[in-house]
Amino acid sequence: MMRLGLFHSTIRAEEKLLISSAKELGVEVKLYDIRKINLDPESFVVDFDVALERSVSTTKGRHLVRFLEGLDVPVLNSSSVATICEDKFLTAMVLHKANLRQPKFAMVFDEQHAKEVINDWGGYPVVTKPTIGSWGRLISKINDDDALEAIIDHKMVLGSPEQKAFFIQEFIEKPGRDIRAFVVGGKVIAAIYRDSTHWITNTARGGQASNCPLTDELQEICQRSSEAVGGGILAMDLFESPQGLMINEINHTMEFRNSEKPTGVSISSEIINYCIESQNVKN
Amino acid sequence: MSNTHICPTCDEEITLPEGTVAAELITCDECETMLEVVGGPDGLTLTEAPEVEEDWGE
Repeated sequence: MMRLGLFHSTIRAEEKLLISSAKELGVEVKLYDIRKINLDPESFVVDFDVALERSVSTTKGRHLVRFLEGLDVPVLNSSSVATICEDKFLTAMVLHKANLRQPKFAMVFDEQHAKEVINDWGGYPVVTKPTIGSWGRLISKINDDDALEAIIDHKMVLGSPEQKAFFIQEFIEKPGRDIRAFVVGGKVIAAIYRDSTHWITNTARGGQASNCPLTDELQEICQRSSEAVGGGILAMDLFESPQGLMINEINHTMEFRNSEKPTGVSISSEIINYCIESQNVKN
Repeated sequence: MSNTHICPTCDEEITLPEGTVAAELITCDECETMLEVVGGPDGLTLTEAPEVEEDWGE
C-alpha cells in the first residue's frame, strides 16, 4: 500500500476530499500539520513514499517542499514548479518565453514608469496585482490617472518593499466569466466557467462555477502552459479574448471544492492517482 | 470520547461530525465564528481559527 504524506496547515474542504479519495483508492494517508513539525534534517523521520504539499500558506509550503527535496523525498508540486507559479511576474515571463498568449504585462517601480507603460498600451483600464497573492486579494482595476496615483502613492508610503514592485497587466474585457482549468500531469482533467457580474471572478470571491467543455484550444494552451512551468498539479485561469484563449495565472496548490460537482470529475481522485503514478515512476 | 464541544466565542454547543480531524476548520452555527479543530492528548478541542494572512491562498 502506498503511503502518502499529506502536508497541511488548516484542513480545508479540499484536504478532506483528498483524504476520502485516498482511502477509496487504497492509499494510506499520513497527515502532517506543517505548523507543528520541525524541519530538522537530523531528526525528521520519513515514513511515507510521496509527499503532497497542501499548505494554505505559500511561505510555509515553500520551505517544506525545499526541505523534503533536500532529503531526497519525492514531493508534489516540486519546488521549481512552486517557485514559478507563486510569483505572477515569473509565471508571466516563463509563459512569454514559451510564446503563450497572455495579457500584456510589465513590471515597473514607480508612477512615472507605470504611466509610460499604460500610455504605450493605449491607455486605461489596467490591472495591478501583487506578484505573490491569492483569492483576488489586492488586485486593482485602474481606470484613470487619479486611481493609479492613489494606489501607487499608498503602496509607496505604506507598503513593504515587495509591494513597491508594480506588476501591471492589460485589462481584458471578459464575457462575464473566465475559465479555471485543472491540469494534472500535463493532462487537462476538467474545467469550469466562473461567472460573475464583478470583474474579479474567483469562486473565493463569489464567482459561480459551471462545467466548461474541454475544447482542443483549451487543452492545447493548458498543456503547453503546464509544460512551460514544469508540470505537476496545476489550476490555470484563462480569459476568452477576441484573439482566442489567453492564459492569465497558474496556481500550484489549487482549491477545487466548487468544481467537482459541476464537472462531474473527481479532481481529488485524479490528484491521488497522479501521486501513485509519481511513486511508480520513482521506483 | 464525546464529540460535543463548546464554541470558545459564544459558548454554543457544537457537535463535530464523524470523521472530523485535527486542523480542520468549522463554522459555529450560532455566532458564525470560524473555528479550528485542535488535536491534543485529551482529544479534539476548538479554538478560534487563525486570521487569514497575506500569503494564504492556492
